[in-house]
Amino acid sequence: MLEVSGLTVEYAATGNAGGGNPVRAVDDVSLDVKPGEFVGIVGESGCGKSTLLFAIARLLSPPAVVTAGSVTFRGENLVSMTERRLNAIRWQNLSVVMQSAMNALNPVMSVGAQFADALRAHGTSSRKAVAARSAEVLRLVGIDAVHLGSYPHQLSGGMRQRAMIAMALLFTPDLVIMDEPTSALDVVAQRSLMTQIKELQRELGFAVIFVTHDMSLVSHYSDRLVVMYAGQVAEAGLTRRIFDRPLHPYSRGLLEAFPSIRGAKVHLSGIPGAPPDLSVIQNGCRFSPRCPAKLPACETTAPALLDREGTSVRCLLYDPAPAPATAASLSLTRPRQSRRRRND
Amino acid sequence: MKRTLWRALARSPKATAGAILLAVFIVLALFPGLFARDNPTAEAYPRNLGPSAAHLFGTTGLGQDVFAQAVYGTRQVLEIAFGAGLASTLIAALIGVAAAYLGGFWDGALSLFTDVVLVIPLFPLLIVIAAYVHNSGTGVLIAVLTFTGWSYTARQLRSQALSVRSRDFLAAARVRGERAAYIIAVEILPTMISLLVAAFLTNALYDVLFASSLQFIGLGDPNSVSWGTMLYWAENNEALQAGYYLQAIVPGAAIALLGAAFALLNYAFDEIGNPALRPVRAPRAGRRLASLRTRRPVNA
Amino acid sequence: MTELLRADHLTRHFKIGGRLAGGTLHAVDDVSFAIGEREIVALAGESGSGKSTVARLLARVYPPTSGTVTYFDESGTGKPLSALRSRRDALRYSAQVPMVFQDPFSSLHPVFRASHGVLRALKLHRPELSAAERRAEAARAFDVVGLGAGMLDRYPHELSGGQRQRVGFAQALATRPRLILADEPVSMLDTSIRIGLLNLMAKLRDDEGVSILYITHDIASARYVADRLIVMYAGQIAETGPVEDVLAAPRHPYTQLLLSAVPDPKAPPPSLEAMAAAAGERGEPPKVIDPRPGCRFQPRCPVATDLCATVTPELLPLGSGEAACHVAQSDVEVKAFS
Repeated sequence: MLEVSGLTVEYAATGNAGGGNPVRAVDDVSLDVKPGEFVGIVGESGCGKSTLLFAIARLLSPPAVVTAGSVTFRGENLVSMTERRLNAIRWQNLSVVMQSAMNALNPVMSVGAQFADALRAHGTSSRKAVAARSAEVLRLVGIDAVHLGSYPHQLSGGMRQRAMIAMALLFTPDLVIMDEPTSALDVVAQRSLMTQIKELQRELGFAVIFVTHDMSLVSHYSDRLVVMYAGQVAEAGLTRRIFDRPLHPYSRGLLEAFPSIRGAKVHLSGIPGAPPDLSVIQNGCRFSPRCPAKLPACETTAPALLDREGTSVRCLLYDPAPAPATAASLSLTRPRQSRRRRND
Repeated sequence: MKRTLWRALARSPKATAGAILLAVFIVLALFPGLFARDNPTAEAYPRNLGPSAAHLFGTTGLGQDVFAQAVYGTRQVLEIAFGAGLASTLIAALIGVAAAYLGGFWDGALSLFTDVVLVIPLFPLLIVIAAYVHNSGTGVLIAVLTFTGWSYTARQLRSQALSVRSRDFLAAARVRGERAAYIIAVEILPTMISLLVAAFLTNALYDVLFASSLQFIGLGDPNSVSWGTMLYWAENNEALQAGYYLQAIVPGAAIALLGAAFALLNYAFDEIGNPALRPVRAPRAGRRLASLRTRRPVNA
Repeated sequence: MTELLRADHLTRHFKIGGRLAGGTLHAVDDVSFAIGEREIVALAGESGSGKSTVARLLARVYPPTSGTVTYFDESGTGKPLSALRSRRDALRYSAQVPMVFQDPFSSLHPVFRASHGVLRALKLHRPELSAAERRAEAARAFDVVGLGAGMLDRYPHELSGGQRQRVGFAQALATRPRLILADEPVSMLDTSIRIGLLNLMAKLRDDEGVSILYITHDIASARYVADRLIVMYAGQIAETGPVEDVLAAPRHPYTQLLLSAVPDPKAPPPSLEAMAAAAGERGEPPKVIDPRPGCRFQPRCPVATDLCATVTPELLPLGSGEAACHVAQSDVEVKAFS
């Protein structure tokens, strides 16, 4: 239903940072979402996951610009679509839930007024119909319809996020994109919201793209997982498979950075270092400075995204190297023209 | 941070224009003798002459050289602009930020005081005060303008300081044991530099206009050399009705240009302080569409 | 255990609303606990539980409405915080009990360099040092928290969130503290970076001998780094005890709810019935305004009795810790949430 293909998003050079190089926040990312699927996108801050989300939803503003790739939604390319067609699709078929309800909801309008706004923008004009639909979506997310008259600051954090989700479901879209909707919530409210989303998904059948930095959050709810690092896809596949047997050293490091409340207490070390500065052109694998399983070739050869038993992984460890380096030689691997990524 | 400030100033065309304009006026104020040969007050020439090689802008109804007057008058205007502008901004900063930081009773008291001064009708007050202390020079004018000019800025700065007050680094300073005076001066004020500069530039602009207006209606010292007094004498002389346009236009244009300089710098500082206001040039659409490639999606 | 700090019946109320329709918000009610030397005590609870208010009471941001906090200095003599009136006493306390804040993006002053807070703290609390000695001490503090001395001259916007939080800890360390109040220091960091900070906290306890009051809503990180756990709900303490004991056998129904809600990637995914049961639990702690007596968790508690609705439970010793629950205190095994 949604097919992202080779999407690249760049921030135009500001001139101050990085000596004028455009920052490639999203680099050649491809993923697809089937109807009714729950896809989680996981990564640290700055890995490009939010930019990717905004690019898919056509919410990018200058200086960020899509410089390559396509986003095909129900057969149409969102990247090159006109504003008119976009307005027709937005909210009817594709809606977005932002990270912080306090920032996304209008603080001076009541919740009901904002619902009415959205409904009228897409054709529902009779007051009765607007009121009925607003009450219905609130009931779906478990909020009493009396709160239609409340202002956002009068609702608790959890209720605000639910109201946002209700607004996103006004037209029962095919795809709902969520950008870290639970980050401001406590753990009990978080679980409640996640199970609510899953239930709604089962009931209404929409697909979800869920962006987060907290991998354990999506572990129980997502069907497939995409792990991003420094603007690229590091690993992608079925959630269960990635959790049971993470292939990329970054995914492994992420999984091991979670202290568990059950089982033995072990010392964890996390992933040392910090994500790279994207305004500096990288040679080789972007994760190599922090990688515990680094090979000498990793510094110079940028790995391609390969398929390993149904999971995609971007790592030289899984690359059938043409010439195995002998212990003594530090020679570079032969460049593979067909699959070699541009070193940047 | 200072280096980025200079670079930002140099890049913005508004800032460069404003800075150059202001610099010209400052140089004129500092070294008037280099530019105007004549004594501005000497009534030495034939009256109401038109522009010529000897008198660039002609002469006044009293036989003074208009160009010399405009050049020598710059100094007083700039004294007023910078003096009153700086003083009112400083007072506004101290009162506004102290009110926001101290909160409670002090906030109430200081805000009440600010509001009372704020609602006093400015121009009538200026007229009344100036009428009582007429003929006493620039110092009094600066004092009067300062007293009436700080309250608006104080409210602005108080609001800004209120929003900064909840930031953790201030709580950290409190918990560390810093005194209130230190926190106000060293921790809060530096975060508001762009607002302070903007307030200063706005105040300076309005002070120039107000001072000139007062002098125009005759409440300054009519024997001093200033653009406002030039307008006063031009009016006295019925210059516009009689067709001696330059006598009125020259000081008016000078006021307008100085005001423009302050305004341009104000816009530029806004852009520096708030990157969202900077003009953004999006890349050309052609490049974007031409580089669309398709690849097989990765099937997970 | 040598006591460092003891809170007795600590209470803090806030007046909210106008003169006509006002109420009293009971942020913290009758909280008593102690922190000893060389231990990390985790104070866990959701937002609105009062944990941040407790931290600010201990940091003397505002005085308590009632109750006392007693601080024991090196000689062992305890003085209530209200008795620290002179500037010298106040400075000495804030040197020995500093605070680390939650938000790495606003806890450092954006205009000054990263070393600003550390140098100011040294200037205020250790005036005997010369400028060069202060700089050396700042470098040492940065080194202990894992930042290079080169970071001293960087600006906050050039540092990552994790690095900024480390600067926060360095600021606390500069004054040779005995107890650090850490108010949710890792909540705003990415999950992969939290471990580094948690390891740092453990190192501070082990190598520098500093106690830490670790305030958090994340039970898993509390387990990882803390020795003892205090669980707060709606301004009161629900349960305390050694962290492993509380997590292995939680007695208070709220503790059980918290534990059941923590997502564990290594556990199998929950069944549909478990998810349906969980969806009913909205996760909204109450805003405690003018409360009536009775257990505050009772509206959400599946095992509540009539007693729970009328009589406020006391925090009584139970097993290796304490719990404030009528049902748990009646020797019945509580199995409220799985």
